[in-house]
Amino acid sequence: MTQQVATGRELTMSRAMVEAIAHEMRENEEVFYMGEDVADYGGIFDSTQDLLEEFGHDRIMDVPISETAYIGAAVGAAQAGMRPIAELMFVDFFGVCMDQIYNQMAKNTYMSGGAVNVPMVLTTAVGGGYNDAGQHSQTLYGTFAHLPGMKVVVPSNAYDAKGLMHAAIRDDDPVVYMFHKRLMGIGWMPAPEGPKTEVPEEAYTIPFGDAAVRREGTDATVVTLGLHVHRALEAAEGLADDGIEAEVIDLRTLVPFDTETVVESVKKTGRLVVVDEDYRSFGLSGEVVARVAEHALDDLESVQRLAIPDVPIPYARPLEDAINPQTADIAEAVRTVTK
Amino acid sequence: MFLGKGEPGNAMVSVNTREEMYEAMVTARHYEERLQEEYLEGKQPAFDISAGPIPGELHLAAGHEAAAAGVCAHLRPEDTVTATHRPHHVAIAKGVDLERMTAEIFGRRTGLCKGKGGHMHLFDPDVNFACSGIIAQGSPPAVGAALAAKKRGTTDVAVSYLGEGAISQGGFLESLNLASVHDLPVVFVVEDNDWAISMPKARVTDVESGAQRAKGFDMPGVRVDYDDAVAVYEAARDAIERARAGNGPSLVEVQVHRRMGHFMGDAEGYRPTEDIERAKRLDSIERLAEDLRSEGVTDDELAEITDRAHQRVEAAIEWAKDQPEPDPDEAFDDVFVTPPRAQVVPDGGGDRGIVDAVDVPPGSDDDIGGEDR
Ligand SMILES: Cc1ncc(C[n+]2csc(CCOP(=O)(O)OP(=O)(O)O)c2C)c(N)n1
Ligand SMILES: [Mg+2]
Repeated sequence: MTQQVATGRELTMSRAMVEAIAHEMRENEEVFYMGEDVADYGGIFDSTQDLLEEFGHDRIMDVPISETAYIGAAVGAAQAGMRPIAELMFVDFFGVCMDQIYNQMAKNTYMSGGAVNVPMVLTTAVGGGYNDAGQHSQTLYGTFAHLPGMKVVVPSNAYDAKGLMHAAIRDDDPVVYMFHKRLMGIGWMPAPEGPKTEVPEEAYTIPFGDAAVRREGTDATVVTLGLHVHRALEAAEGLADDGIEAEVIDLRTLVPFDTETVVESVKKTGRLVVVDEDYRSFGLSGEVVARVAEHALDDLESVQRLAIPDVPIPYARPLEDAINPQTADIAEAVRTVTK
Repeated sequence: MFLGKGEPGNAMVSVNTREEMYEAMVTARHYEERLQEEYLEGKQPAFDISAGPIPGELHLAAGHEAAAAGVCAHLRPEDTVTATHRPHHVAIAKGVDLERMTAEIFGRRTGLCKGKGGHMHLFDPDVNFACSGIIAQGSPPAVGAALAAKKRGTTDVAVSYLGEGAISQGGFLESLNLASVHDLPVVFVVEDNDWAISMPKARVTDVESGAQRAKGFDMPGVRVDYDDAVAVYEAARDAIERARAGNGPSLVEVQVHRRMGHFMGDAEGYRPTEDIERAKRLDSIERLAEDLRSEGVTDDELAEITDRAHQRVEAAIEWAKDQPEPDPDEAFDDVFVTPPRAQVVPDGGGDRGIVDAVDVPPGSDDDIGGEDR
């Protein structure tokens, strides 16, 4: 379990993320941030709130709606040795700039035989649950994790958001930092209780590749990430009343992936439920099941996966609720595997 | 700017046409003001984007009406329009079914898109209208509609709407070139409201006018520098006639004004109060009303148009709110028009299980026996 130091100071996920960025920018002149509406607005999802005041427009750069150009410019500046952070406002917009992300940012290190490296961070907002429909509600976790060459991190709370951001900026490779809108603690999009946590004032890193066991249990392993960590924990609380103890694992980073923590847990529980807010097929949930099958097939008694059932995200509330795994769905899946 | 037949502008635009534009504009304005009210229901005192009868983002176009009415007045149902994330005024001017559009915005089953699209993704093939929430990505499909018209030898045209923030996006610039090199009947209409969310124009482009983009692609580009439906009408006539005659694409930029926040819930902390006040002062609807009065249209006649427009809006909203919500299972329809034989519907471990998109007799070759595809 993650050791969280008691500090008495609680932050929202956005404040924690911003604190890490500000710290790194103070320490290192070469860190700067580019994105749409990141300066005066402070990021549509508060990802750069108040940074303009301290660092000015030269380092907190509003850029034209030209994602290919500015994300590609981040690649170039990173290869020149700087430490740019580029924000893709919604991950759904990757379509207009994917070449710079996956053919340049992600591959230049390998294609150059390690002669160049790309120490940049691509921050992006993910997730649905507020009826923003097909072009503004995806997570696309699996898409980014699938393509080799980028590290992919998905914080689920403020403590991790800060530690993962410090680690991301200091990393010598490109890191995609996917923050869930629902967890940020934005005034106009109320977050659940969980993501606001105690956060130390000082800098700290969370190493990539360490999943966190958020709740211990013996009956079933629930592997999840992002918003659904909180839904899984809520489901687990309800199940405990009925004597079912679910272990909840928060992946935290997809690349690198902590196979060991997941496999060890399934060896103990024998039952696996994967909860993902990305599309079901050819993605994250299948990957988790495959890894468990490869390493602990004999221990695996039962599997369920919950994910977006291969439909684009619909707009109307009853439609979106039907396709985005809810707390009750998770509870039901755990009951099914423990039957 | 070419005004047609060598006559001074206003004389060329009949009072009747101006009244029609006025009605479209008043309808659009009232529509946005009423949607704002409906949207805020359930979101007060604490604003929660996911609450209330209209959830999700809502980008209203109050102050943009002249750019819609002045262009769409030249269009027929067969002509294609692609609009942006701020689409309602254009949809109204293009003749999109107001009741079904409203039902869509309220997320109802009888909406234009059965509740799947919402306010940024409205499709009405009856009048060839569509919109998209991704900046500048409506341009390539508009070029495609123009390509189809050219290949089929019709006189149909396409219009692609964009905000001034979109003029630096690849999808737009590539579309200008493709349209130009193939002489396609498409008109690009840039609505310049001075802002791209919080980013003022000067921060993100060095050109004074978006119309300058046309030069680099060897097509005509004009800018209507003030928010005047009649001036837009004239500029658009030139561009659309040129397209219909098979003489290729044009670009028209129109100065409009953003009378509301970028989206509902935008506190506009980045925007000087003076700019907000100015946008309200420079009202294209008031301007057109003045113009009509000077042509002898009485206040009573204007009020009659306004009443009719308001009633239409109220009726659409009332109808929409009466419509049923979709059933959860409908989320699984419409991924394809020819669905795969059996779709697995993992619904959270519930008992919905396999849904057969097409009835498959048990045991037949197509019966996959309840397994994943
Ligand atoms: C490719 C892409 N990038 C960013 C956005 C987020 N976004 C939505 S509206 C908007 C500003 C658009 O400004 P403009 O084109 O001037 O239109 P306006 O909103 O002013 O009508 C931005 C950046 C998006 N939808 N798509
Ligand atoms: Mg604009």
